[in-house]
Amino acid sequence: MAAVKETIDQVKELDLDKYKYGFTTDIETVKAPKGLNEDIVKFISAKKDEPEWMLEWRMDAYERWLTMKEPEWAKVEYEKPDFQDLYYYAAPKSSEAPKSLDEVDPELLATYEKLGIPLKEQEVLAGVEGAKVAMDVVFDSVSVVTTFKEELAKAGVIFCSISEAIKEHPELVQKYLGSVVPKSDNFYATLNSAVFSDGSFVYIPPGVRCPMELSTYFRINEENTGQFERTLIIADKGSYVSYLEGCTAPMRDENQLHAAVVELVALDDAEIKYSTVQNWYPGDKDGKGGVFNFVTKRGDCRGANSKISWTQVETGSAITWKYPSCILRGDNSQGEFYSIAISNGLQQVDSGTKMVHLGKNTSSRIISKGISAGKSSNTYRGLVSAHKKASGARNFTQCDSLLIGDQCSAHTVPYIEAKNSTATFEHEATTSKISDDQMFYAQARGLNEEEAVALIVNGFAREVIQQLPMEFMAETQKLIGISLEGSVG
Amino acid sequence: MLEIKNLHVEVEGQPILNGIDLVIPDGEVHAIMGPNGSGKSTLSYVIAGKEEYDITEGDILYNGESILEMDPAERVAAGLFLAFQYPIEIPGVATMTFLRTAINAVRKEREQDELSIPDMMKLIQGKAKDLGVKPEMLKRGLNVGFSGGEKKRMEILQMALLDPGMCILDETDSGLDIDALRIVSEGVNALRSENRSMLVITHYQRLLNYIVPDKVHVMTDGKIVRTGGKELALELEDAGYAEYDEELA
Ligand SMILES: Nc1ncnc2c1ncn2[C@@H]1O[C@H](COP(=O)(O)OP(=O)(O)O)[C@@H](O)[C@H]1O
Ligand SMILES: [Mg+2]
Repeated sequence: MAAVKETIDQVKELDLDKYKYGFTTDIETVKAPKGLNEDIVKFISAKKDEPEWMLEWRMDAYERWLTMKEPEWAKVEYEKPDFQDLYYYAAPKSSEAPKSLDEVDPELLATYEKLGIPLKEQEVLAGVEGAKVAMDVVFDSVSVVTTFKEELAKAGVIFCSISEAIKEHPELVQKYLGSVVPKSDNFYATLNSAVFSDGSFVYIPPGVRCPMELSTYFRINEENTGQFERTLIIADKGSYVSYLEGCTAPMRDENQLHAAVVELVALDDAEIKYSTVQNWYPGDKDGKGGVFNFVTKRGDCRGANSKISWTQVETGSAITWKYPSCILRGDNSQGEFYSIAISNGLQQVDSGTKMVHLGKNTSSRIISKGISAGKSSNTYRGLVSAHKKASGARNFTQCDSLLIGDQCSAHTVPYIEAKNSTATFEHEATTSKISDDQMFYAQARGLNEEEAVALIVNGFAREVIQQLPMEFMAETQKLIGISLEGSVG
Repeated sequence: MLEIKNLHVEVEGQPILNGIDLVIPDGEVHAIMGPNGSGKSTLSYVIAGKEEYDITEGDILYNGESILEMDPAERVAAGLFLAFQYPIEIPGVATMTFLRTAINAVRKEREQDELSIPDMMKLIQGKAKDLGVKPEMLKRGLNVGFSGGEKKRMEILQMALLDPGMCILDETDSGLDIDALRIVSEGVNALRSENRSMLVITHYQRLLNYIVPDKVHVMTDGKIVRTGGKELALELEDAGYAEYDEELA
């Protein structure tokens, strides 16, 4: 525990504006030349020593991407990235092939210590005793280390970088990659399919309850570098896994592009719980810099009685475009989406979910808590649909927006399509302002304005916070407070 | 010691308090009685630092220093506490969490160490028991779905936990049945001490049978029109406020 305490203290001392993860790491990198063309796709594939089938897959995606246009339906405004002015591959030189923690560059380990992410296996996170979290750590374009691999292997769980899985477990990757988010799904997903550099791979064998939380920590360090990670999680029949993703980036004046794809597959009676705490750099108070977070996340409840649950806490990024969704294919399958989306300053969030009911007696639940402050814009966009064969489909949607101040905006855009008359969809939505009476009451009990806002917002978002793995609840509550600093007064 | 000097207060240009003078020395309990709308709650909010009121004249001093420039949290740290007439609900925030946050916020401002979680639990659970606050209430959202009596008890619990030097109780008796009134009054009386003073605001004399004041002030129309000993409360009970209020007369 001492080391964790120490790293937390170090982070506190950093005093980097409000965004405490804004430092950069000085480390030698190997980069592909700027821009995107066939050679770059080949370069990435070659760097990773990929089999021929993988390169073909990438090339096919690249061809399709050339014919596609950036989507414009989201309620976000930004200057479109110049895709030829980006680096598509950057890797710390020293860690081209790290095998264990001992081989990881000390500079990198120091970075993660500063971030409060302990990589030493004996350490635990967030002060919860006895909690073990296995981590895969992605720095710019590559996975630098995966912890607790051996212990997981004993349970038959595969947890490694996607690059490694392509080589070591090609049959699983070939069977499932692109089976949930097809190569040509949308502009960013297709771009990702062509140039994805790394990410995490998880396979839980039949009947296994994964013995610990799995986690990936993404960090963008390099300038002008896109991060295109790819995550694939397969829960075989009757298995269970809980997975958490965290992200930060340095403060840079330029916008950084993050276009990830996450695919989840749950077979019969399997359950996947996927949580995200997204704290990419949001840009400064004038809207300069910040991460463009254009992410495609989708889960396929492929088997009967399967369940996929998304929980997201979105606090960072200049622009968030993200709709973690569930395809409820198996009969009696269940999808859940719990979301807290906070926007402050000039941040723009357009996020929500899709619940696509295909199987019989499928059910879904959506709890969305949007909090807007400053001059930000916060949109919930959701689709709930029931196919002709989805008899007995049920959905419950609760969409609450909280406004802080009077220069921000909140929007709710729910789409509903029921092609089966036995489907029952319920939708509730509220928009409220943080009340002066609540603020004064909390202040009259000794809380300052910022503490009062953080407390009231945490109360507002409680239903979602409760869905997070225990280890991350306290951290998240603090993060909510930090994200809203400067939103009042 | 609380000193209110020639206090004039307006809301949106509308005068509500019209020159209040009041001194409450350490260790004394004063009562303010008056008809509805006379400005009693306004006075309590102004002392606690609510923003929407404009102080057009006068001053409020606590222990010799003006508090008008202090924000509400600083006033709490200095020792002022207001038990609200209408306590506010904060959904989703467990009462226990709220109490812990408040205690540590005040301790921080007073430059005291944070309490450890076990010490904190012991403190809160002990005081809650004295006031008949049931443990399951501490798990519920703050004031959410509490009965009138439960809300008032929660106010007194917070008062006991934040260790104030000056307590203002705004109609703490309203909405309480006789048993609750007794428990709450006992809780308040237990806090009476040489270096703690109180301002008890009430519409009815009944409360003052339990919390016996050193002085009683009568307020109508934003002014204190009469001051006397505890017997003044009984007199008012019989005669009402009519003689002090032109409109009621
Ligand atoms: N925020 C406010 N805005 C407008 N009028 C107010 C406000 N607060 C109090 N008042 C008015 O001031 C007068 C005194 O109210 P209050 O202080 O609540 O009296 P009391 O507590 O003695 O019943 C009332 O006429 C009330 O309507
Ligand atoms: Mg009143």
